[in-house]
Amino acid sequence: MSDVSLTVNGRRVTGTVEDRTLLVHYLREHLGLTGTHVGCDTSQCGACVVHVDGKAVKSCTMLAAQASGSTVVTIEGLANGAELHPMQAAFKENHGLQCGFCTPGMIMAAVDMVNRHPEGLDEATVRAELEGNICRCTGYHNIVKAILAASQVMLKGTAQVAA
Amino acid sequence: MGVEGIGARVARKEDKRFITGAGRYVEDMVLPGMRQAVFVRSPHAHAAITSIDVSKALEMPGVVGVLTGRELKADGIGNIICGWMIHSKDGSPMKMGAWSPLAVDRVRYVGDAVAIVIADTKGQARDAAEAVEVSYDVRDAVTQAVDALKPGAPQLHPEAEGNLIFDWELGDAAPTDAAIASAAHVTTMHIVNNRLVPNAMEPRAALGYYDKAEDHYTCWTTSQNPHVARLVMSAFYNVAPENKLRVIAPDVGGGFGSKIFIYPEEIVCLWASKKTGVPVKWVADRTESFMTDAHGRDHVTEVKMAFDADNRITGLKVDTIANFGAYMSLFSSSVPTYLYATLLSGQYNIPAIHANVRAVYTNTSPVDAYRGAGRPEATYLLERTMETAARELGVSPAELRRQNFITEFPHQTPVIMCYDAGDYATSLDAAMQAADYAGFPARRDEAKQRGKLRGIGMSAYIEACGIAPSAAVGSLGAGVGLWESAEVRVNAVGTIEVLTGSHSHGQGHETTFAQLVAGRLGIPIEQVSIVHGDTDKVQMGMGTYGSRSGAVGMSAVFKALDKVEAKAKKIAAHLMEADEGDIVIENGALKVAGTDKNVPWFQLALAAYTAHNLPAGMEPGLKETAFYDPSNFTFPAGCYICEVEVDPDTGTTEIIQFVAADDFGNIINPMIVEGQVHGGVAQGIGQAMLEGAVYDRESGQLVTASYMDYTMPRASDVPSFKVSTSNTPCPGNPLGIKGCGEAGAIGSPPAVMNAITDAIGSNDLTMPATPEKVWAALHAATKH
Amino acid sequence: MYSVNYHRASSLADAASLAKKGEARYLSGGMTLIPAMKVRLAAPSDVIDLSHIAELKGVSVSGNSVRIGAGTTHAEVAGNAALKAICPAICSLAAHIGDPHVRHMGTLGGSIANNDPAADYPAAMLALNATIVTDRREIPAEDFFTGLFETALDEGEIVTAVTFQAPSKSGYSKFPNPASRYAMAGVFVAQDQDGVRVAVTGAGENGVFRSPEIEAALASNFDASALQGVTVPSDGLMSDLHASAAYRANLVVVMAKRAVGAANG
Repeated sequence: MSDVSLTVNGRRVTGTVEDRTLLVHYLREHLGLTGTHVGCDTSQCGACVVHVDGKAVKSCTMLAAQASGSTVVTIEGLANGAELHPMQAAFKENHGLQCGFCTPGMIMAAVDMVNRHPEGLDEATVRAELEGNICRCTGYHNIVKAILAASQVMLKGTAQVAA
Repeated sequence: MGVEGIGARVARKEDKRFITGAGRYVEDMVLPGMRQAVFVRSPHAHAAITSIDVSKALEMPGVVGVLTGRELKADGIGNIICGWMIHSKDGSPMKMGAWSPLAVDRVRYVGDAVAIVIADTKGQARDAAEAVEVSYDVRDAVTQAVDALKPGAPQLHPEAEGNLIFDWELGDAAPTDAAIASAAHVTTMHIVNNRLVPNAMEPRAALGYYDKAEDHYTCWTTSQNPHVARLVMSAFYNVAPENKLRVIAPDVGGGFGSKIFIYPEEIVCLWASKKTGVPVKWVADRTESFMTDAHGRDHVTEVKMAFDADNRITGLKVDTIANFGAYMSLFSSSVPTYLYATLLSGQYNIPAIHANVRAVYTNTSPVDAYRGAGRPEATYLLERTMETAARELGVSPAELRRQNFITEFPHQTPVIMCYDAGDYATSLDAAMQAADYAGFPARRDEAKQRGKLRGIGMSAYIEACGIAPSAAVGSLGAGVGLWESAEVRVNAVGTIEVLTGSHSHGQGHETTFAQLVAGRLGIPIEQVSIVHGDTDKVQMGMGTYGSRSGAVGMSAVFKALDKVEAKAKKIAAHLMEADEGDIVIENGALKVAGTDKNVPWFQLALAAYTAHNLPAGMEPGLKETAFYDPSNFTFPAGCYICEVEVDPDTGTTEIIQFVAADDFGNIINPMIVEGQVHGGVAQGIGQAMLEGAVYDRESGQLVTASYMDYTMPRASDVPSFKVSTSNTPCPGNPLGIKGCGEAGAIGSPPAVMNAITDAIGSNDLTMPATPEKVWAALHAATKH
Repeated sequence: MYSVNYHRASSLADAASLAKKGEARYLSGGMTLIPAMKVRLAAPSDVIDLSHIAELKGVSVSGNSVRIGAGTTHAEVAGNAALKAICPAICSLAAHIGDPHVRHMGTLGGSIANNDPAADYPAAMLALNATIVTDRREIPAEDFFTGLFETALDEGEIVTAVTFQAPSKSGYSKFPNPASRYAMAGVFVAQDQDGVRVAVTGAGENGVFRSPEIEAALASNFDASALQGVTVPSDGLMSDLHASAAYRANLVVVMAKRAVGAANG
């Protein structure tokens, strides 16, 4: 057993877990944050993507003990209270989700993608950068649209802050 | 009509919970005392079980129980059945082998469930599952349907001699053979429709809870049709009587057909909860899903299409062998028969059609409906054959199709279906225009300059949706009626709950069903809530599949609304002392036509419940139910065009453009309809270029058992799609809608394959057209 | 996953001492080890997390000399401007390993120590004639990769860095497996005053290898056109569900052409 201590969605959490506990299971089963999903066993589908210390990672491929000491943001921590994050809003506006199962990982990956591309995104880049996120419902068409739309909003926001 | 009624592009009401991580899927459910289950599964494709020793597993840390098939049988739990009776052409009923939810003495595919292990944690359950000692006497296995029919092939079930489940036919053989014999041209094709794994992103899951005090069971399950699950588990599997069984399908993460069927796991979790006294949860790993979710398609077909000297189709003969896997899944028998052969006329006037279908057991996962179910198989063979015929005859593929289109409706085909409405030329023209079909030769030349092979292909599909008229399907062997039910509950303050037997697992019913109600009554969409997926809340339902929720499910809501409206008008007329016939509903009020007298909707609702001043003899309240049974199938149709570039060095195919021009009849929410087409087309592209379940022919092991080996379409594999719709309203239902859920998966595979074969100049290519296969086909073609 | 004991090493010495426990395995980014543990194909008794050891991190470039710490993530290699200036091929290689999430975690050291036959980095190490630095010694890449998932590392030995001289030209091109997106054939070409080195990953039955046919063709003319008509033998190449040996042999030449094209800009 290992003691773990993390900051999750701005809240300090501590606990004792079996060493084999994956971060995703810690989030879901110990913290009740069930928005992060598991869609495969081979670290490919990306339904489990969360941000650890500001970077998108697959929470199904990281031990909770490995993440101890880190700051984690999950889909539940993305919105600012009642105000949706621009990426969440864009997924809704552009019908970027159907069954919703891949959506949390998709949105967390998309936010990370925009963060890593301050120069802006085009369709080909978005498609290439979605390598690690599988959706079976949407055919990606509206996901790509949503990410491009949100990236405009997010980068505009950044530019305003910088100005 | 308000902006949020029928036809409005309304953002989805259900999205908020999904985009904030607040969706509630079966795996998210937690009950006090709940334990985790892992299934012990057969590692062999075919074996006799000689012994099972659970004693070591029972001693493992955290283990609550280990249960086997013998205990299941001792408790009288029934075998899993197929609910659609097919008779062979000799009149004999289909040969259904026994499928015990936990195997007792024989396993027939890799993944066949043998025992359930229940422990405090999933890790412990898995540890203990490895300690269950099962002795197998391994038998030879057969995975290909064609092989299973050969003399001396391994036999799966004593009930089905030679592994043959049925040998069925539809249509008239004699005139078809005559047409072929006297044809000016016959196009012959050998068509393989590859085996697919549905791969809804949410793996299947079940949580069974037996309440001892109430002697009552609750099952949370990843189901597209919870009421059917309850009915079947009660009537056939003897889990519990219907009044003692509640089935809840909460948020479900995609289905595509694979979550229609009742699987061993939900039955066993419910039974095991009673046996162990704890709630039992099972969640599939992805590899488990690959092994045990019902797969789709897997047909091998010989096709002959006859033409006269004017290039008119005179006959079509089809001989199909369908792989059913190791057991007959719930609707398996309907897929390669009445959902397949009945669509073999496509969009074409074909005077004579004959189809023969042999259904075969093999040592593979059971095969059942997957998005399109039978219709993609029919469309694929027809549209590959049409394109090939055009090449052989030296005519334009578009014009060959146009020349043979059905243009007068209703049209009775030789294979049962009577098409009610359609305009195929309009879709063809729309697709050709959107794709700039005329400009293709110039694009091909330009690509050649860059060393790329450019090709274009089309597909004109038709499907039968809105499944289905109960009496008609009953006469064809269905064990259930395929109506839908709805209840419209007007609350005393005027807000509305619609309870529907349809189930949304991505389709957006919470929005589209609400649009129907909001538009009809002129009230804000926020005041309408849709309730589904719980047998304790919704009176009854047949669920969501076969593109039926709009045409059938919403029609039931429509009928219930008729009743609500009629009663509301009676009350309004009484309150305003007007004639009932003069009452109209506009902008959220009941008005006396031509006057300014009106009763706002919320006041009318309140009046219905206060009941202080109702017409004499009228019951208080405002709540109505309806069952809607469709009068016919609906017939969505369309034309898809795919344009590709092949890299001759590697065989890589890039889709340059994909055009979909569909006729879905009336549309409730264009945004959602487009999304359905996008998703369906991506799955069709997946089938054509990427996906294929492969079993090792000797060992029967599933080689493609994870995303490491089974290629799922990713964002970089597909383009943005050009979609459009035209509209010939469906005359068969009150809303004039046809259904859109499956079209994309039905129409797209032949368009893709026609484009690739056009690009490489070789027709010798099977799905999935992987880079290696395309490269090899090119290589072989250039060698000749 | 079977039960396991997790240890977080604070230094190389600490890690080496922890490694003496049972069937211990080092854990760097975990992008290969954890998936293998999840499906119970790997069952170490203990995992020793190296990701908090400062000396394993970072890229240093001095003239043409490059040192990449074993704990440097793929994303960090991909985004290193100094490295990109003198050896863009290795940055491009790193930028196409796995997916963005994998690149945030996976490390160079983890990749080469695992020596997956379809991993990208081994091809770069071999073609760049890199030296693998461990906590005990320095090993030429030529001697380091010894077979499928096999390396010259001794029990408990830790890769700490790789060093190499940036070549005058280099390029990498891979054809990904459609499903897993690992390399089905990946070719790294490097040219400097000592000649041309070409290494192939994803294709060989025994893992990464150098292609004498392609090296010979490029030696006199470092141009894609020099590979016209060149073939590599399919003997010794992998054949599986996704690609036959013959197809892989074709891909190796095609990827080599593209890598040379990239190297020549």
